[in-house]
Amino acid sequence: MEEQDKFCDYLSGVNPVWCPGCGYYGILGALVEAFVDLKLPSKELALISGIGCASRLPYFVKSYGFHGIHGRALPIAQGVKIANPNLTVVTVGGDGDGLAIGGGHFPHVARNNVDLTYILFNNAIYGMTKGQFSPTTTLFSSTKTSPFGLTGEALNPSALAIVYGASFVARGFSVKKEQLKDLIMQGIRHPGFAFIEILSSCSSFNTTDMNVARLLKAIDTVPADHDPENPVEALRLAGDESKIHLGVLRRSSRPSLEDRFQEIEKKAQRGKSHGIDSLVRQFA
Amino acid sequence: MTRTMLTGNAAAAWGARLAEVDYVPSFPITPQTEILETLAGWSQLGEIPARVVMMDSEHSMLAAAATAAATGVRVFTATSSQGFLYGFEMLYAIAGLRLPLVLVNVSRALAHPITLEPDHNDVLSARDTGFLQFHAETSQEVLDSILMAYRLAEHEKILLPAIVNLDGFYLSFTREAVEVPEPEETKNFLPAFRPAYPLLSNREPVAMGAAVLDPSLYSYFKHQMHNAAENVLTIYPKIAGEFAETFGRRHGIIEEFMLDDADYVIVMTNSFASMGKAEIKRLRQKGKKIGLARLRMIRPFPHEELQRVLRGRKGVAVVDQNISVGKGGILFGEIASALYPLADRPPVLLSFIGGLGGRRFRPGEFDGMLASMENPTESAAETARPHLLFTGEECRQVGRFFAIARGSDNTAHGSTRSPRAA
Repeated sequence: MEEQDKFCDYLSGVNPVWCPGCGYYGILGALVEAFVDLKLPSKELALISGIGCASRLPYFVKSYGFHGIHGRALPIAQGVKIANPNLTVVTVGGDGDGLAIGGGHFPHVARNNVDLTYILFNNAIYGMTKGQFSPTTTLFSSTKTSPFGLTGEALNPSALAIVYGASFVARGFSVKKEQLKDLIMQGIRHPGFAFIEILSSCSSFNTTDMNVARLLKAIDTVPADHDPENPVEALRLAGDESKIHLGVLRRSSRPSLEDRFQEIEKKAQRGKSHGIDSLVRQFA
Repeated sequence: MTRTMLTGNAAAAWGARLAEVDYVPSFPITPQTEILETLAGWSQLGEIPARVVMMDSEHSMLAAAATAAATGVRVFTATSSQGFLYGFEMLYAIAGLRLPLVLVNVSRALAHPITLEPDHNDVLSARDTGFLQFHAETSQEVLDSILMAYRLAEHEKILLPAIVNLDGFYLSFTREAVEVPEPEETKNFLPAFRPAYPLLSNREPVAMGAAVLDPSLYSYFKHQMHNAAENVLTIYPKIAGEFAETFGRRHGIIEEFMLDDADYVIVMTNSFASMGKAEIKRLRQKGKKIGLARLRMIRPFPHEELQRVLRGRKGVAVVDQNISVGKGGILFGEIASALYPLADRPPVLLSFIGGLGGRRFRPGEFDGMLASMENPTESAAETARPHLLFTGEECRQVGRFFAIARGSDNTAHGSTRSPRAA
């Protein structure tokens, strides 16, 4: 494969089909710039998605791609990573895909510390089905399925990732491309499960909650003295209702699932009885 | 009665509204979403008493639907395609627990490959679950079928859930004139649900879902479900008669279109039958003695009604808008088994697969099916195999897609890749 050192070297030639003004263009840009800076060859990269607007992303990037089933991006990605640990696996999906229909997978991939990067595009709406509330839509919001106000409280994806035990948790914003690129690069380099929540407007169906101007006023960078190895402090920042903190919220070092496999194998080998006789004796 | 223009989806919402449903667990999926959006809006406005609650997935949606129905309230829900399959485990549970709710499925072909257009592999996958199935051609029929489905499902000799099916896009988003009954006249036909066995009510505690590990007992319960489904065949005419008396519209188990003197019959279902009827009319103008039988009821399967309609014909062609991979058309096999015992069964019975992924019929295809019935030249073994309706132009189109996939179509470079018009 030819050398890839330019942005366009990573584009598949299929143009994105997102609405004009969609925040996802910014995320795609940051993602591809991160690939360029990491000098990550397409043949070593797998982009995995579920269903939804965000999940269309693999079409637009030159890499291995898998457009999956609604909610199943994480187990599909886990299958790829376990079967071929040499691939860099990046999973992309929306807040509906990852926190509603697929919400059951998130804690388990996090606690197992599967070595992959999960980028959750949070526009707080079901965009592809045109404007129903999602698990991150704020209380009392008016949507097509709650025209007079939503009754449910919104989930906080980064806070969830921290309590689920993700070993890397960061939050970015689609219009803050330089920071976003840096967060994505850190996430991909992180050995273990890296979760990155990216706030994004939905120019067609959520221009209130996730309005860019509003968000620009609400955001703040994670304090310079924040210690991401402190889970309590990470959770406090992730859940801070006075400001939306952008940056690396949580980082911890622990073995990935692949490391654990190898560890257990070694342990099992040490205690292994050789030959069939010992097995037969157990049933004698 | 009000005459108005409604999409198939809006007609489904109106059916639920007129049935005065109590609870609508929901989850969005194209092309069904409009149904739940309409009901959610009415619910928040207080125009309907129902609680419309969006769940986290179709599996949760159907689980909640089941237990709500077990309390004795009237439950409605709707889904499509992948969502239908995701909730599939609950279909057997709902039917096995004998909970008479109504589920609208807006047909959409299944992934992979991913598509949005309709065919019936989604709904027909549920043919063995115990759900009754009614397949609608028009918006009016969607509304009417929901009301009739509740009457049948809640009947004490049936007590099985029901699916009303409509085609995504072709009917879900198409506006048609619909007569919307008044609530009062609807109540005459469909009174409030008074379950004979409200299991999770506050009268007497009972446990549901007990394991039946005895094979004989298990066989007994499953066969009891089968008997209950077959009861529909004898109860349906009475309920359809009451419906006709109340609303002036009669819906048979099978719609017979230009069949009186027809030597040859095309069998179809759902809204693609509208295209079939136009073709039948055209062929009639050419003097061909051909008609169309549209199956409205898929479960229970109407063996005897089908025998009555098709016996003595010279040829029958079944157009399946589905494909059972490794077998062929699902309805073809079912129809063949219904006709086999007849001494005067049609000597020619052909299987065609059409409309997969929403594929429209091409000019000449109905002429071709008729010609195949008139002059069967194939061996018996070949005759029983499915014939895919597919044209040379489509083959060339597929070739162009392959060229794009190989990257040898340089005209697509740098732009959104889509096949150019031929």
